[in-house]
Amino acid sequence: MSTTTPTPTVGRPHTEALPLLGFEDVAMTFPGGTVALSGVDLTVGRGEFVSVVGPSGCGKSTLLRIASGLETASTGTVTLATDHIAYVFQDATLLPWRNVLGNVELLAELKGRGPKIRREKAREAIRLVGLEGFEKHLPKQLSGGMKMRASLARSFTLDPELFLFDEPFGALDEITRGRLQDELLKLFSEQHFAGLFITHSVAEAVYLSTKVVVMSGRPGRLVESFDIPFPMPRDPDIRYSPEFTEVVGQVSHALKEAHS
Amino acid sequence: MAATTIEGVTAEARAVTPVAPRRRKRSTISWLGPVVVFFLMVGLWYALAYYYAQRGLPYFVPYPHQVVEAMFSEGEFQVLMTALLHSTEVAMTGLAIAIVIGVTWAVLMAQATWIERSLFPYAVVLQCIPILALVPLIGILFGYNFQARVIVTVLIALFPLVAMTLFGLQSVAKQQRELFQLQGVSRATMLVKLQFPAALPSIFVGLRTSAGLAVVGAVVGDQFFQRGNPGLGVLIQLYANRLQGPDLYAAIIVASLLGVTVFVVFGQLGKLAVGRWYDFS
Repeated sequence: MSTTTPTPTVGRPHTEALPLLGFEDVAMTFPGGTVALSGVDLTVGRGEFVSVVGPSGCGKSTLLRIASGLETASTGTVTLATDHIAYVFQDATLLPWRNVLGNVELLAELKGRGPKIRREKAREAIRLVGLEGFEKHLPKQLSGGMKMRASLARSFTLDPELFLFDEPFGALDEITRGRLQDELLKLFSEQHFAGLFITHSVAEAVYLSTKVVVMSGRPGRLVESFDIPFPMPRDPDIRYSPEFTEVVGQVSHALKEAHS
Repeated sequence: MAATTIEGVTAEARAVTPVAPRRRKRSTISWLGPVVVFFLMVGLWYALAYYYAQRGLPYFVPYPHQVVEAMFSEGEFQVLMTALLHSTEVAMTGLAIAIVIGVTWAVLMAQATWIERSLFPYAVVLQCIPILALVPLIGILFGYNFQARVIVTVLIALFPLVAMTLFGLQSVAKQQRELFQLQGVSRATMLVKLQFPAALPSIFVGLRTSAGLAVVGAVVGDQFFQRGNPGLGVLIQLYANRLQGPDLYAAIIVASLLGVTVFVVFGQLGKLAVGRWYDFS
């Protein structure tokens, strides 16, 4: 994408002003004729954490797959201002024959980084997600939450500017889920990445995001967008405040309307 | 009254430590069962041997102790061990070749659906043709010695390796494949770092089956090809022709032990290689 026009009035590089990810009138029709997405406009800028909520099968994941390049949109324009993208799957997708350290090192290894650098990166990322002491554990020895931590750590080794999350906590129990939400939120305010987060939990979306977008059923359209007013870093206890409940109520209402 | 007390105590003990007694019971059964069956079979064997001895045909079914005597008698033990060595040589050479061909074949098929569609039917054909029907032809083409024996062994042992390796390579979860795709890796990297390690458990299951079949191949090949270093199959044929009952049974038992040993060894090898992260049971 073009970044040649100088902007003298802004004192930082032009790329800062551009959204990291932009969808413009994107539609997706699968070979079988199923229309998964239609007329989607969406931007994720630096410092933004955008959640897309919608029921299962509404095309939310297709949005991420297009953003990551796993699928190509049928029509429309997708612009990316970074190639430092991390994709976090719903499953932890750890390789069962590698221990935690080996798994966290994997992506840097596939990118051809040297063993010393990637080990250092991996240790740093493992510390970041609180998995120190489990470096030598195999995935089968970890709980679901710990596997997801390892998966997150693996993504961090690539210094991502943009995180794509495909319902990463969907398979976890309520308590583990809440704890990982807290930590993801903490990482977001400390690590300065942008995020596009797919979920079907409205409370999760509101708690984590700076913006929540509601998606309709097939074909998926973005029907309403909510700016979440709570400043970062957020106290986990805001989840129990009346303001939070009110926002969750508004989003839930919009979601219900989109699917009635 | 006494019975009630005992029952009560047992029930209580069971309630307190429900795991320990059951586990002990299972492990006792696990070795006791086969041992009992073994002695039953030996008993049956004695009965049969007695029956044939009465009919004046002792070489049909000799007594077990006669077979053991024959096996460990002076010259015979040497002969059996030499034949065992030669058969093992044929079986392991054939198995090694089957591994190379089988894994290569499967890796090729895993590259593209059209390659799989083109090549898989021939793996099935290989499995379906009675190899014994080919054996005389193999003798004519390749001579009646080591080479021909190895070829028969390869043909018999190949299919499980092809099928299980292919199954393993294709068993990789879609998301794991996509994780690699997102890093823009080459086919070769995907194969070496993802598909092949993921396929190892299946490959070892195939290998264990193929190893057993390789022993069958070596013994069968022997019975048709008498030249070169004679293996167990040659001995079995020879003893059968000469009605040397005890020697025949001894040779059959050695051949069976080779099959069992190979099966166990390759099973353990698999556990050693991937048991750390994969549960075979």
